[in-house]
Amino acid sequence: MAAPTATEKVTGANSATRPIRPRPKRLPFPLSLYQTAVGKKWVMAVTGIALLGFVLFHMFGNLKLYLGVIEENGERVYDVDIYAEYLRDLLVPLFPRTWFLWLLRFGLIAAFGLHIHAAYSLTRLNLATNNAYESKRDWLAANFASRSMRYTGVIVLAYLIFHLADLTWGWIPSTDWERGEVQANVVNSLSNPVVAIIYIVANVMLAVHIFHGVYSMFQSLGINNPRYNQLRRYLAAGLAAVILVGNVSFPIAVLTGLIDYDPSLLGPVS
Amino acid sequence: MSTKLNLTLSVWRQPGPEARGQFVTYPANGIPDDASFLEMLDMVNEQLIEQGELPIEFPHDCREGICGTCGVMINGRAHGQERGTATCQLHMRKFSDGDTIVIEPWRAAAFPVVRDLVVDRSPLDKIIEAGGFISAPTGTAPDANEIPVPKEVADSAMDAAACIGCGACVAACPNSAAQLFTSAKLWHLNSLPQGQAERFRRTEAMVETMESFFGSCTNHGECTEACPKEISQDFIAYMNRDYMKSLVYNRRLAGQR
Repeated sequence: MAAPTATEKVTGANSATRPIRPRPKRLPFPLSLYQTAVGKKWVMAVTGIALLGFVLFHMFGNLKLYLGVIEENGERVYDVDIYAEYLRDLLVPLFPRTWFLWLLRFGLIAAFGLHIHAAYSLTRLNLATNNAYESKRDWLAANFASRSMRYTGVIVLAYLIFHLADLTWGWIPSTDWERGEVQANVVNSLSNPVVAIIYIVANVMLAVHIFHGVYSMFQSLGINNPRYNQLRRYLAAGLAAVILVGNVSFPIAVLTGLIDYDPSLLGPVS
Repeated sequence: MSTKLNLTLSVWRQPGPEARGQFVTYPANGIPDDASFLEMLDMVNEQLIEQGELPIEFPHDCREGICGTCGVMINGRAHGQERGTATCQLHMRKFSDGDTIVIEPWRAAAFPVVRDLVVDRSPLDKIIEAGGFISAPTGTAPDANEIPVPKEVADSAMDAAACIGCGACVAACPNSAAQLFTSAKLWHLNSLPQGQAERFRRTEAMVETMESFFGSCTNHGECTEACPKEISQDFIAYMNRDYMKSLVYNRRLAGQR
């Protein structure tokens, strides 16, 4: 074992003096932001806020499932069906019907696309710059949520596609899906225990993802003040808990009969 | 009277940058518990030399926790189990008789192993080089307190300047990111009045150089736990903030594009 000479150190194949990732040609300003990892994290945080807002309002709107049947224009209908129809009528005198809803949807699709692409390319970068330890190493600060973001993210994406196929597109043949019949579709789908378990597990994963995401977003955006930093953890735990409790309650309520669909309750008020 | 420890070491041996490495087990008997971790390695090396074997190469210099040269993974933790302690300041009284100690070099694609436990940390120097200069008036010594610096700002800059550049943050990071190092170096200048002239140019250059060698931050917080100077990851948020500003500010200056 001869000692390595000075030239060996510099010219070695994995010499540290050469960048692992060459700096890309700089694009004009708003795009140059997305060329760097710090900028990509910033994009992930901003799109994460948009997606979090969607998840919160989605959960809040779904709470209408608990209100059951109400009277509307002399007819008894399920409250959540009216709410779903109202979303298509959002800002109607200002926009034609469904336009504003589609505007929101395109915004969401763009946020999802950017969030996923940024996550994918940052993961690629991190795998390329990392060297694993040969011995077992300890984790002192990293928690389950922070270590599993990649996996919970992929699970949430897979669940999202399943959820759209199940309740938006009606592609699951066994559920008797009908457009506009929100209460009936939800009850039909979630009364299958297998589907209910998929929803419960996926929403636990979503809450875990949100727990680290909300905390992490403050750091990525540079929002940091030692006086309030502990609040970021509380906010993350609080938001994750609200979304977890709200979303998991729906499949459980359907399975226990708290939310059900009874066509005999509907119809004109006599 | 100090007690003597009998330990088993499992040390990463690698003859050169291109060679394959492996863990080799050595007995370390009769180690006084007053010894530092590096003195323990010295004693083992003396044994190895007497047996005609090559000693274990490990990085070390000042041995008083201020130079940042030493640093190895000890039982899966950067700089060992003591918080806020560099490897040289870790003492054998923190271990018990009969322990097995696994010693591995820092691992990161940007830190290739030179030999045994020594890694090449020159990418950290590249980040410092990218930072360039600060504008400081020369001539006679300035009067004290000529430039007012609030106490809180001076404290914060001093906390950041405590970084000794050992690379433990990179070693502890699951992504091998050097964000804690870079942000500490940046905040040490960016928070002070003397560092304002080049603030955003420096931030941009140092962050982009960092990213050509290291991974990105996923906010685990392992770096702060590993740091022998307990540098807070708050500085990473300040760096992110300054970097985003630098993209706008640097472009606002006419003719700089």
